[in-house]
Amino acid sequence: MSSYYGRSILKPPAWGPAIAVYFFTGGLAGMSGALSFLARARRNRSLASSALVTSAVGLAVSLPLLIIDLGRPERFLNMMRVVKPTSPMSIGTWILSGFSAATGTAVVAKVVGAVGPVPFVRPLGLVAQGLSAALGTGVATYTAVLVSDTAVPVWHEGRREMPFIFAGSASASAGGAAAILTPTADAGPARRLAVGGAIVEVVASELMKRRLGPLARPYAEGGVRVLDQLSTGLTVGGAAALAGFGRRRPAAMLGGALLLAGSLCKRFAIFRAGFESVRQTTGEAPEGPMPTSPSPGEPLRVQPVSSRSPGAKDAATKTEKVRQRATPESE
Amino acid sequence: MAVVSGPPPYRDATVIQPQPDEKVGFFTDSSICIGCKACEVACKEWNHVPVDGLNFLGSSYDNTGELGANSWRHVAFIEQNRPVAADGSGGMRWLMNSDVCKHCAHAACLEVCPTGALMRTEFGTVVVQPDVCNGCGYCVSACPFGVIERREGDGRAFKCTLCYDRLKGQMQPACAQACPTQSIQFGPIDDLRARARRRLADLEQQGVADARLYGVDETDNEVGGLHAFFLLLDKPEVYGLPAHPVTTTRDLRQMWRTAAAAAGMLALGVLAAFVKRR
Repeated sequence: MSSYYGRSILKPPAWGPAIAVYFFTGGLAGMSGALSFLARARRNRSLASSALVTSAVGLAVSLPLLIIDLGRPERFLNMMRVVKPTSPMSIGTWILSGFSAATGTAVVAKVVGAVGPVPFVRPLGLVAQGLSAALGTGVATYTAVLVSDTAVPVWHEGRREMPFIFAGSASASAGGAAAILTPTADAGPARRLAVGGAIVEVVASELMKRRLGPLARPYAEGGVRVLDQLSTGLTVGGAAALAGFGRRRPAAMLGGALLLAGSLCKRFAIFRAGFESVRQTTGEAPEGPMPTSPSPGEPLRVQPVSSRSPGAKDAATKTEKVRQRATPESE
Repeated sequence: MAVVSGPPPYRDATVIQPQPDEKVGFFTDSSICIGCKACEVACKEWNHVPVDGLNFLGSSYDNTGELGANSWRHVAFIEQNRPVAADGSGGMRWLMNSDVCKHCAHAACLEVCPTGALMRTEFGTVVVQPDVCNGCGYCVSACPFGVIERREGDGRAFKCTLCYDRLKGQMQPACAQACPTQSIQFGPIDDLRARARRRLADLEQQGVADARLYGVDETDNEVGGLHAFFLLLDKPEVYGLPAHPVTTTRDLRQMWRTAAAAAGMLALGVLAAFVKRR
């Protein structure tokens, strides 16, 4: 055993839960933008407008989330003083800015077009929606690069599958939201997008965990495990409801809601897995059988003491900790 | 024990005056560190680094714990029960090492910084510009050594500057200046590398079998060489240093390619969703 008093080598991410919520709302907004554009191109007006509304709302929630999570929110414009290909956050800022401008323009064009006939407003809206669709796929996937481009083992080593998980999750949520908000007769494309996204999300997650091997430990323990399994259950359930009974309004609404919840849980599972993963970077190789769900806050390196009676559990854990702290090294 | 006895090993080392466009750094020789923490104090004093809390950590004589926004030097104390005498008889030994930002040649913190607040100086070191940093926190997760951190109550990221202001004034960093045993040495990194290799050879000759260099060779890790490297007497993990640090942006191309593939899949997926089934 070798570690420095069981301390993790890496620092836990500085990001708060706002970022996990943003991964969800950003993906939702991005894919809703794409859905809305294609619906409009296919003259599916109800789907086009419901998806555009979702996209605008998702975006309106996303931007403040990103700003409040900064250590110095008043300096958020400093993001725009450089364009930096080595920084996914810089590239992401520019993608998101373009997406915001396009979506904003599309919404304004839509509102103006509804008020009265103004020249060029329809083509302008269409071009804006096209841009919004193209950039929307970027908004839905760059966040995967953002988390993978870190030293956090469970994020970095999951880099092959992460963009597909995020893309699937974004599709499932956008399709789900549109299935809720659109009359079922017009929501067919939304349902298909949702089901396809759900399948990609669940399969890519499973592949990632398998390939990670021992590094996937955070997904098998505690709160992250609950979130991850909950996400899979919600997503599979929602996709099944939409695929099987999506033409009935109540089932469409239920399925859509389940998919949205599943997508949100997936983002939180991945987000929180990163914090757990950092906690496990003590320098000690994971060895022996996995401890069964240690309570949060308890150091993971504490070996189970076989002779410990249930009543003396706390005391035993305490002395174990003290002993381990006193002799960090005993090769 | 042999490691700390005998004449001072670096008597001929002279204090250099840093010149711009000369790559400088630290060589920290833990075999002659006495754990006095003068480096920690000097750093705090010179750089006005706020207090990190008056904590009792219960980890030997270390109450600093780790590097962070408010600790730019950290002296690790390790107590080991192990035979130290030549005849294999018992005892315990103390390992002490003053840790610091490594100022990596391929610095992940610098590469992921979205504002350009983190920059490479003319001395080859990595510095946060506090007037630019907006506290996005990306550098914190990117650093493979767990060095840089966002300061609570301030919101910006802070770490060792290798005393950029002192270098500008042709002075050596405060920690190296304060070190009473020459455990912390400052200079052009090529000189320091040669010095480190000489010292390792000397120690090996004296029979110190566990001695090893950390971060001296550009090829022995994935961060492209360190501007602050170490002579250690045990495995890096024992000191809280990663055995195989990797600059995460090494794989960035692959990550963008994968994301582009996923975005392409999304575009095709949405198109496919609109294909009418007859």
